Amino acid sequence: MNILELKYTIPGDDFTRAGEASSAIKRKLKQMGFPPDLIRNVSIATYEGEINSVIHANGGSVSVSIDDEAVTIVIEDTGKGIPDIEKAMQEGFSTAPDSVRSLGFGAGMGLPNMKKYTDEIHVESQVGKGTKVTMKCRMT
Amino acid sequence: MNIKELIEKFASGGSPVEIINEADFSRELSCVYCCDLLSVVMGKAPADCAWVTVMGNLNSVAVSVLADISLIVIAENSPIDQNAIDKAREKEVNIIKTKLPIFDMATKIDFWLKK
Ligand SMILES: Nc1ncnc2c1ncn2[C@@H]1O[C@H](COP(=O)(O)OP(=O)(O)OP(=O)(O)O)[C@@H](O)[C@H]1O
Ligand SMILES: [Mg+2]
Repeated sequence: MNILELKYTIPGDDFTRAGEASSAIKRKLKQMGFPPDLIRNVSIATYEGEINSVIHANGGSVSVSIDDEAVTIVIEDTGKGIPDIEKAMQEGFSTAPDSVRSLGFGAGMGLPNMKKYTDEIHVESQVGKGTKVTMKCRMT
Repeated sequence: MNIKELIEKFASGGSPVEIINEADFSRELSCVYCCDLLSVVMGKAPADCAWVTVMGNLNSVAVSVLADISLIVIAENSPIDQNAIDKAREKEVNIIKTKLPIFDMATKIDFWLKK
């Protein structure tokens, strides 16, 4: 049984709004009284996914659904896709352009963080079509 | 030690900090953390830390909100974007600024937190 479902659009060209969806989700989970550790894990994973879709895919969408067992986060875009997912998951791998590196992005730690802070991660991607990342943070 | 007490230590120690945004200075500090690469900070910064960085942009504010960072400490007198300050007000993120280099500032904070 789903307790709650949230869906947000991630605008592509707007760095000033990147992080808005993640912080809205965080606020909601706080209001609902979830444990701080769970909220932090969800927040970190969602932010990394959100910012990836801004930087690498010109925006997308994030949806979060909560049931008694887990928080499930799905981040989807119709951007350029990831040619080699295994490589993209490695710490330090990044194709981020210089323009965003100067803002502090491009360490190649976003996907590894998403893996580290969730119990399950599944990345599907097709070059030229888009990317879908599904993550689960279990309640216990 | 909370943020207010830490700021007082710097004031009385002769290297006062500049207050950029005071949201909640009664917030406790767990430790000090340094890095300028945002997703490294996301992955490694402990909750409730004082984060010393030269990155004074909007995204640092977002990272602090989402990773539960207590205080952003902008070192080296680095510039802070106006939209980052506006965002910090909106999201209630504490920010101070110092002319000290990152390492010097971090060791000082570490000293006070452990004392
Ligand atoms: N949504 C996406 N669309 C297309 N490519 C992506 C997407 N997400 C990740 N990638 C690719 O995977 C690489 C690694 O992503 P990851 O988030 O780990 O690092 P980064 O975004 O480059 O840097 P960081 O997250 O540390 O700031 C990216 O550089 C990019 O090539
Ligand atoms: Mg990334």
